[in-house]
Amino acid sequence: MGGYILKRLLSAIPVLLGITVIVFAIMTLIPGDPATAILGSYATPENVARINRELGLDKPVVQRYFIWLGNMLTGDFGTSFSLDRPVIDEVLERFNATLVLAGTSFVLCSFFGILAGVISAARQYGWADKAITFAVLLGISIPSFFLGMMMILIFAVRLQWLPVSGMYAIYGGGGLVDLISHLTMPAIALSVVATGVIARLSRSAMLEVLRQDFIRTARAKGVGERRVIWRHALRAAMVSIIPVLGIQAGFVLSGAVYIEIVFQWPGVGRMLVDAILTRDILLVQGGVVFVAACYVMFNIAVDVAQSLLDPRIRT
Amino acid sequence: MMKFLVLLVRNRLAAVGGVLLLVVVLLALVTPLLPLQPPNVTNTADRFLAPFAPGHLLGTDHLGRDLLSRLLWGTRLSLAVGFAAAMIAATIGAAIGIVAGYFGGRIDNVIMRGVDMLMAFPYILLALAIVAALGPGLMNALIAVAAVNVPFFARNIRGITVGIANKEFVEAARLAGMGHWRIIGIEILPNVLPVIVIAVSTTIGWMILETAGLSFLGLGSQPPVADLGSMLGEARSALITNPHTSVVPGVMILVIVMGINLLGDGVRDALDPRLRSGALTRPMPATTVARDTVPAPRGEGVLDLTELETQFHVGKRIFRAVNKVSLTVAPGECLGVIGESGSGKSVTALSIMGLVASPPGVITGGRADYRGEDLVGMPYDKLRSLRGDRIAYIFQDPLATLHPLYRVGEQLREAIQVHHRVGRAEAWGRAVDLLRSVRIPNAENRARAYPHELSGGMRQRVGIAMALANEPDIIIADEPTTALDVTVQAQILSLLDDLRRERGLAIVFITHDFGVVGQLCERVSVMYAGRIVEEGPTRAVLDAPAHPYTRRLIACVPELGQGRRRLHSIPGLPPPVDNLPDGCAFAPRCDKAQDACRRCEVTLDTAGARAVRCLYPEEDLSVQGGTA
Repeated sequence: MGGYILKRLLSAIPVLLGITVIVFAIMTLIPGDPATAILGSYATPENVARINRELGLDKPVVQRYFIWLGNMLTGDFGTSFSLDRPVIDEVLERFNATLVLAGTSFVLCSFFGILAGVISAARQYGWADKAITFAVLLGISIPSFFLGMMMILIFAVRLQWLPVSGMYAIYGGGGLVDLISHLTMPAIALSVVATGVIARLSRSAMLEVLRQDFIRTARAKGVGERRVIWRHALRAAMVSIIPVLGIQAGFVLSGAVYIEIVFQWPGVGRMLVDAILTRDILLVQGGVVFVAACYVMFNIAVDVAQSLLDPRIRT
Repeated sequence: MMKFLVLLVRNRLAAVGGVLLLVVVLLALVTPLLPLQPPNVTNTADRFLAPFAPGHLLGTDHLGRDLLSRLLWGTRLSLAVGFAAAMIAATIGAAIGIVAGYFGGRIDNVIMRGVDMLMAFPYILLALAIVAALGPGLMNALIAVAAVNVPFFARNIRGITVGIANKEFVEAARLAGMGHWRIIGIEILPNVLPVIVIAVSTTIGWMILETAGLSFLGLGSQPPVADLGSMLGEARSALITNPHTSVVPGVMILVIVMGINLLGDGVRDALDPRLRSGALTRPMPATTVARDTVPAPRGEGVLDLTELETQFHVGKRIFRAVNKVSLTVAPGECLGVIGESGSGKSVTALSIMGLVASPPGVITGGRADYRGEDLVGMPYDKLRSLRGDRIAYIFQDPLATLHPLYRVGEQLREAIQVHHRVGRAEAWGRAVDLLRSVRIPNAENRARAYPHELSGGMRQRVGIAMALANEPDIIIADEPTTALDVTVQAQILSLLDDLRRERGLAIVFITHDFGVVGQLCERVSVMYAGRIVEEGPTRAVLDAPAHPYTRRLIACVPELGQGRRRLHSIPGLPPPVDNLPDGCAFAPRCDKAQDACRRCEVTLDTAGARAVRCLYPEEDLSVQGGTA
């Protein structure tokens, strides 16, 4: 087991390097002049030259990449000019908020998606199946940012059950209860599409498994139907559900950008959008590399979970 | 193609989606022709007019612009951008995929590594990075969305291309001296084109949504021009005071995406042959029973089947898999049921405990009595309590019939705990004992193995141990040795025989091999096309088969030391059981068949211990009487 984890971790190194190359290439090779962007109307030739020197832009491209990579490995992602603070500090702080939001959503969509899929398969063509199928269709069709806005309108403005936006109340905020009340709507809005996708996949994975011979064996043993479905069939179906959870985690992370904007959530997605609008290249670079690296590590965790579940792929 | 379209139209939801989309696309196409107000002319005097205001059907936005006009122009823009992004992504992605798939080797390796890297990003990060480099704007958002989707197309198309590049006609073109690019253009491209079209149609909704999303973030279309996303983005600041400005573009996005999803599902269902016949249905916990009349019980053996009928209902076709089969098993007896594949012997076995997959299986008649109680139509809970407890099964392929993800010991323990209240540790101990009793060496360790870690013979021993777990009265063994090699087969058979003698088990042994029946079974029933055609004591049937089919089946068995004898096979195939011929089902393959055989149904005539369903039997049983 330990060997498997180590192998997967080692295989992540080229992927992580690839990510830095791609991000660096996008940021560097595409025409555009960061110095001008930073200076705006103060872009005199002298100032531009000075900024270029400060950012190391006067050096050859390959050398710049390795300097940038080396700095990142030591935790130095540069300094955001628009915020005037180290990129890594800002990214870490914002990523924390994103993790709370996306993590909650991920748990929600995994739990309810699988639950709905299993019920749907177990009651195939029954009313529960039809209701779930319809809800899933609606869920995967509604853009999360539109859903978020409608939720604000209904639950925050009309019914006043939940706060409109933010992560904590501005006055007297803080604490778990406050966080949960702020988290409820964005987490649900963010999880809806992924829930639908997971439910759909779980349903077909379950239907596939329920036709297998070992299910018939379980029934021949006299195992009750509930246990057949929740133990025998679901356990086997998880083998094809877990990789999809990994993919959906990426979509949840992506969708978080919209949800953070809609709900004014102080996460890394909103930071990136703001950074793009202010052309804060170093902040964008650092944020993208950091989040992508975290996602790669998460996928390794998914692979490890998969191997724990399925003894056949461990060797 | 026609079949595909018919299937698509028949799918009502897909048709709804198609109509929705068609309306939206038509509206977008004719937008410039419609008498709409200019979409970008502001009129601050008319800010935030509610829907149905005079002159503004959907009201106005924060700058007094007509929402209906902006909606239609925005839809047009969103559709166009999404379509363009899909086209760009498909073209570039397909080109990369074809090159990688066609040339293979190192080129393939390098390209696919790059694709994997790109796919390691959550898609929006890549899109954001590209927009960050290019700057906000609709064109740049389009490029970003297209670029993000290139890897998806590249990977899909590569897979298809690899398959085609190894086909004979490509090889032929290569030998004919055609250049690589000509082969790609003439041989490969036409074959991958349908796949590209399908991939585009399934992702275009996604691309529309992604570009709308970037616009919503303010990174796509810039004022005053608006697509649906930026309309929604601009309306967000007035969400609470004037929600209609948000609802209008939001609902339009919802309609478009839902239409595409509905249509896409329909396309997928129509293309996926597995879903065509509705084959992907789950089997119910017990086989459906639909009997009109129930015959009287016979009350002879520990297990009596009386005129059991099991059918498969697939669409309008009815397959009579088991056709009025009657069998009797005495306590401690081993009954062989033999026939070719498709003769209905396995379905007969599974029908007893309601294990025939249903749908499509239905038990339509007859009864199966266990100690005088009818198992067919028994309440599910009662049936379940007998399954594995009094009547247990051993199945053919133990790799497929054991759960792949549980240790074999756990599967045995479960078999015990389902029927007995025993603690985990005790049940585990019993599981290990069971493994020992089927002569598995080192049982403590083997109990902790997963099925894939055991050999075929060991797995089948586990299967037998599982059947023995609750000391049943009857074991139904459905071709338990078919998947095993001959030496292992012999071991398993002698194990079963010993267990039967030790424990007084009754065994119903399903097989297609008369050699196996000869070793194990006291009596044998021969099945053909869902019916019993002959039955009797094994020795008597083997020595003097009465039915021509039995005789030929016995001739199929090679005998040791008689290598020079010709091994016979029966020409032809068993008839499809949804369309049985009149009269004797074996007549078309029988060398003794007369006209009378085809005229009317042949009855199963009993004479003493034997019975045969034949007008011109090989042996005259009435002469032999019950002596055999």
